[in-house]
Amino acid sequence: MTTQTAELQTKENERTRDLPVAVPATDIYETENGIALSVDLPGVRQEQVEVTLENRVLTISARSEAVDPAGYDAVHRDFEPVEYRRSFTLTEDVDRAAISARLKNGVLHLALPKAAESQPRRIEVKTEH
Amino acid sequence: MVYPIARLDWSLDPFNGLHRLHRDMNRLFAGFASPAERFPAINLWNSEDGMVLAAEIPGVDPKDVEVSVLGNVVSVSGERKTDSSVPADNYHRREREAGKFTRSIRLPYEVESDSVQARYEFGTLRVTLPRKEATKPRRIAISAE
Repeated sequence: MTTQTAELQTKENERTRDLPVAVPATDIYETENGIALSVDLPGVRQEQVEVTLENRVLTISARSEAVDPAGYDAVHRDFEPVEYRRSFTLTEDVDRAAISARLKNGVLHLALPKAAESQPRRIEVKTEH
Repeated sequence: MVYPIARLDWSLDPFNGLHRLHRDMNRLFAGFASPAERFPAINLWNSEDGMVLAAEIPGVDPKDVEVSVLGNVVSVSGERKTDSSVPADNYHRREREAGKFTRSIRLPYEVESDSVQARYEFGTLRVTLPRKEATKPRRIAISAE
């Protein structure tokens, strides 16, 4: 397990906006054909997520919307609307065209398949009789 | 992992100070208070008709979340499961905590437990807690001579 794919997190990309910026908790794991990311984005709708790929830097940015119920006064707040932002540097072997993203129950699931030529191949060993 | 029950202390609660003492005692015995004590993060709103609670619980199956009301205490509990198809060795980074959680909140009044509504959407739970009619403040007419 020496591959450092998507390990490097760059903080320079965080910009000051009207919402406070939060770094979302992320799991990174290997799958059969590449790397997968699970990113916690509670309170985020699909249209508020943006995943961009620039050169080898994959950036996830999203906005959570915590709409206060009308006619109610806030009495306690653990969380507020935030802008989630996090970047990862991918290794060369990721098939950039095949990256897919899915948002489910407030978690963004990203699949980063490796290019076919860099996937492990089984070499058959032949014996001579 | 089971997270300890944490109480909120806020201005509406007349027993605020007592809760804080209780919590501080717990902390004293349990060692350092972990951030997990605050899971899930909760927002609360109040009005004449009742309260609304929102909790950030991303990545759970709605079936694995339970909301229960007993008198004036509302509890949110459940389990955030890990993807069992991924062997532990396959993780490069693991920041999303998994396990069982419970958080209980004492409200300043009793709620109509039969008409409590809960909805899970975008990883956020929203619970509507209508105030029990009998506990609503009554306006006392002031008669003047």
